[in-house]
Amino acid sequence: MLDTEQIKKLESLAKTIRVDILKMLNQASSGHTGGSLSTVEIIVSLYFYKMRHNPKDPTWPDRDRFVLSKGHGAPALYTVLARSGYFDLSELMHLRKLGSILQGHPDMKVTPGIDISTGSLGQGLSMANGMALALKLDKRPSRVYVLMGDGENQEGQIWEAAMAAAHYKLDNVCGIIDHNGLQIDGPVNEIMKIEPIADKWACFGWEVFRVNGHDFREIISALDKAETVKHKPTLIVASTVKGKGVSFFEGKVEYHGIPPTDEELAKALVELGIKS
Amino acid sequence: MKLTGIREAYGETLAALGELYPEIVVLDADLSGSTKTSLFAKKFPDRFFNMGVAEQNLMGTAAGLAAGGKTVFASTFAIFASGRAWEQVRYSIVYNKLNVKIVASHGGVTVGEDGGSHQSAEDIAIMRVLPGMRVIVPMDGKEMQEVIKAVVKIPGPFYIRSSRVKFPLILGDDYKFELGKGKILREGKDISLIGCGLMVSHCLEAAEILAKEGIAARVVSLSTIKPIDEELLIDCALNTCGIVTAEEHSVIGGLGSAVAEVLSEKNPTRIVRVGVQDKFGVSGSAPDLLEYLGLKPGNIVKAAKQIMEHRSQKTEQAVQAAK
Repeated sequence: MLDTEQIKKLESLAKTIRVDILKMLNQASSGHTGGSLSTVEIIVSLYFYKMRHNPKDPTWPDRDRFVLSKGHGAPALYTVLARSGYFDLSELMHLRKLGSILQGHPDMKVTPGIDISTGSLGQGLSMANGMALALKLDKRPSRVYVLMGDGENQEGQIWEAAMAAAHYKLDNVCGIIDHNGLQIDGPVNEIMKIEPIADKWACFGWEVFRVNGHDFREIISALDKAETVKHKPTLIVASTVKGKGVSFFEGKVEYHGIPPTDEELAKALVELGIKS
Repeated sequence: MKLTGIREAYGETLAALGELYPEIVVLDADLSGSTKTSLFAKKFPDRFFNMGVAEQNLMGTAAGLAAGGKTVFASTFAIFASGRAWEQVRYSIVYNKLNVKIVASHGGVTVGEDGGSHQSAEDIAIMRVLPGMRVIVPMDGKEMQEVIKAVVKIPGPFYIRSSRVKFPLILGDDYKFELGKGKILREGKDISLIGCGLMVSHCLEAAEILAKEGIAARVVSLSTIKPIDEELLIDCALNTCGIVTAEEHSVIGGLGSAVAEVLSEKNPTRIVRVGVQDKFGVSGSAPDLLEYLGLKPGNIVKAAKQIMEHRSQKTEQAVQAAK
């Protein structure tokens, strides 16, 4: 667990990362604002607290792996990778441009620090399970973290993979659901009800934790507890707010796949305490 | 002709390679007895993962294992490996250039009695279209053995088609598979018969029949459909009067299409495609279905004669015009 001072540092970093995300999305004039902002505390907790990784050696065999199954949240991950030192911060301004190392969705072939390509929803957990099986075969202690969207839980493949992870007792897999309650067409439970989502995962044989996905103390505590669970995979249902951190984006369905305009960016930066 | 089991050759070779390559892991989707991955599973239970009836998860898990440094063989029926899990094959495996060898059993229509639901006359087309995917349809058990031994040493994704029925043994013990190379099995100056899989033996039978009628047919096995042997295809176009392609697959998108794509750009030649003519299969025994769908040696003979007649008509016209 971290002390108050360390938590404050993470909170300050989360703010910096939100600013980076908004600037890069504005520069790209394309990309997913809401679902990037909702994941910030989760991804920061992983890369700046929980995961063993080495930005100087992105393919270190004993690193913990991260799979962003909700690949459209890429801007949040890219920013965290850049702030960790995997590549230069200036790369962020080339997001989604021809020739960029930062593709619209995570691409392991071109971006240092991306463990596997994702973005076609529903595929991440299966790949995470495969990585976890390989780690167990090689007797490596590394863990695999996989961040899914709540709408993504409508994909059938997620449940095939959920069944398989429990069947093979993959206690080195930790799933996290960014439960922001919204998808492109509207509220998740109006489009296609997924509740009771925590119970469903528990029924599939997973140890389930619930946290406030914007509270570092809760996220970190769940990640620590998850690591102690043996013989079954763990899932953290993180309640989040889509567009978190910018009042006029929060909870707005229409900001799923829309970047901030120049005017919105300026207003958002003021809210986040940045002058220009 | 002696028959050889294609899926048996796969299962036995894989189980043997398991000793030499500790990095090999094998996945199946509740069909290990049919695909013959069960032979590997029995010998190396810790490196075999049955994923149940869940082909999308099968392919995704295969991708993850490959990302973790394993050489992965993933097997199920061709229709499910290629069709049900196409987008997982595309994005989880091929997009990432991961080291997964999909060996899909029960390819084509000789699945037989199970009917149209389980037959696969579209797999070559939908696997071939994926950038960087290599597609191989072995002609007999010997070739399947050699293909498996070869691909284990070549990184990246492959789609290899296996079969429920046994194929006649064509190749000798000294055969070595070379990726991307076709093989001339019989020389002939009049026409080229180019096949893959079971249809290679039908091409050889057709060549015998044609020989009796004074037509000398070259027979080529084009087991690697991608990357394709352009050089050999151009040679066939230059040195014979035309080409018949033969495949246990739709004439749309498969071997015949691949040959036509090359030659229409490099050396336009008359081509007749023997294969499934844009229709679904039905229940029936394998021999009855080959007859029903027009995949017998007789169909290849007919196609060859069609080309030869067309050519003599053209020669006739040219002679008339010259007069």
